[in-house]
Amino acid sequence: MKHMLKYILKRLLIMVITLWVIITLTFILMINIPGSPFNSDQSSNETVQANLEAHYNLDQPYYIQYLLYIKSIVTFDFGPSIKQPNQTVNDLLSRGFPISFELGIITIVLAVISGILVGIIAALRHNGFLDYLTMGIAVLGISIPNFILATLLIQQLAVNLEIFPTATWRSPAHMVLPVLALATGPMAIIARLTRSTMLEVLTQDYIKMAKAKGLSPWKVIFKHALRNALMPVVTIMGTLFAGILTGTFVIEQIFAIPGMGRYFVESINQRDYPVIMGTTVFYSAFLIIMLFIVDVVYGILDPRIKMHQKGGK
Amino acid sequence: MKSKKEIEYTQSAANVPDEWFSWKERDKEKLEQVSRPSLSYWQDAWRRLVKNKMAMLGLIFLVLLTIMAIIGPILSPYEVNRQSLPDQYQPPSMEHWFGTDNAGRDVFTRTWYGARISLFVGFIAALIDVTIGIIWGGISGYKGGRTDNIMMRIIEVLYGLPYLLVVILLLVVLGPSLGTIILALTITGWVGMARIVRGQVLQIKNYEFILASKSFGTKTFRIIRKNLLPNAMGPIIVQMTLTIPSAIFAEAFLSFIGLGIQAPFASWGVMANDSLGAILSGNWWTLFFPAFFISFTMFAFNVLGDGLQDALDPKLRK
Repeated sequence: MKHMLKYILKRLLIMVITLWVIITLTFILMINIPGSPFNSDQSSNETVQANLEAHYNLDQPYYIQYLLYIKSIVTFDFGPSIKQPNQTVNDLLSRGFPISFELGIITIVLAVISGILVGIIAALRHNGFLDYLTMGIAVLGISIPNFILATLLIQQLAVNLEIFPTATWRSPAHMVLPVLALATGPMAIIARLTRSTMLEVLTQDYIKMAKAKGLSPWKVIFKHALRNALMPVVTIMGTLFAGILTGTFVIEQIFAIPGMGRYFVESINQRDYPVIMGTTVFYSAFLIIMLFIVDVVYGILDPRIKMHQKGGK
Repeated sequence: MKSKKEIEYTQSAANVPDEWFSWKERDKEKLEQVSRPSLSYWQDAWRRLVKNKMAMLGLIFLVLLTIMAIIGPILSPYEVNRQSLPDQYQPPSMEHWFGTDNAGRDVFTRTWYGARISLFVGFIAALIDVTIGIIWGGISGYKGGRTDNIMMRIIEVLYGLPYLLVVILLLVVLGPSLGTIILALTITGWVGMARIVRGQVLQIKNYEFILASKSFGTKTFRIIRKNLLPNAMGPIIVQMTLTIPSAIFAEAFLSFIGLGIQAPFASWGVMANDSLGAILSGNWWTLFFPAFFISFTMFAFNVLGDGLQDALDPKLRK
């Protein structure tokens, strides 16, 4: 228990440092932007200029600005937008994030469940037809970028066959194509990983033992094998979250979904620096906290994990 | 004369008469002979890689793609960026093998030009990752102790940073160009490689031949270069084959959100992004060729990486 606590505290410390690095990085980049966004000639709008000055305390020296910047982020205030005078990043977040979150959650649930199932089937049919078929599709799934898959899906299923609507986010039918485009890559990664760890686990003595006891194949797989086979899947969850999140940028853009990712890409194209920085910090913080949760969950699930690593493997 | 052992043996098998046995002379020459030629680690790995059909398919595709990336734009009579509005949206024909795009540019020329950019970005990014990763991971793993602790904590912090978000942030500030894209991709990209190198070094440094080398008084740097690295090369190469497609993907992704290579360069991501509208109007070829080549290049690297992983794994050696 003491080790567990120490492990969690260590991860927590690393998380805080990582958060601090990304916040500091955005601050340094912000004051170094060529033709600074705070230049009055770039943002001729007076309201905007006033907003910026109020938020970033531009009359203060850099170190005070820096401290106030950190304070504003800790208190969840991500600053104003340059291009849309009466908008703040918080406004955009509260409008767009729920939609992106919905898209992300559906994608993750679909990818994890179907990925694990496909992985198990492939492992049970090792070197069989189903194994080759699913793993062949999985390699393709990893190789086709999500934005390419999205355009292919639109062209085939929405324009040619007219099965699904092409864009926007209104009904479950609208969700099918974007979720499919976004989930295929992670699904393929999870399926491949589950298969390879499953194959390893299935050769172990305790599985033979469970079979020898006369347990049903279902029980052996789901109760004994899968539990251990899923450990590596937990470790890559952090990376998968990051991939899906950045994936939402292009998917929302292509499908005209009014989520956060779309605002983000728009702000990049319009060089709306405060929105870019604010969103980046928000997204980074979100992902870093997710990574922390994944690490802690992994620590709880795997009793073998060394709680106090010291320069060893 | 029979030896003592032979006498004992015949006596124990009491009922079998001696005459039934004949003594076969051992051929000392033959004993020393090796039954088949010994293969070095690399020869064996290559032999196994060749047997893997998918990996070879990937390798052949990549070799052809590299050749076309070099000579493709020269073969074509069209300039990469020469716009010609009368030739807008020509379907594939004898003049334009892959058709033309919204500005009447030749898609065939642009595809091979895009291959140059994608392969260049992929290889250079992977090369820089490997260099930094080997130095960082090598020192961290070999030194151990406090050095390792500090270096690993730095890696853990960098590993936590969301890769593509940092890349986007840097490109927004630095402005997108070939150089800044490679810089942004490598600035945190080497972390994965460093972790792998460190893991390898930690494992190998405890082997006896390293101890032997040390006891001869070999210098640390020489041990790392001559003994550690060659033995850690397998996983490093595998990681490298998997770094290249992720760099190619990142470049295409960035182009797609407007942070990619700018004109006069053409990249597959830029081409795909430009032709998004065209797909609704039925000019499929403008999207098909860049999409096909991005996907198939990533596919080729992935299957080659899988094949190399199996081929270079000493545990699977037969």
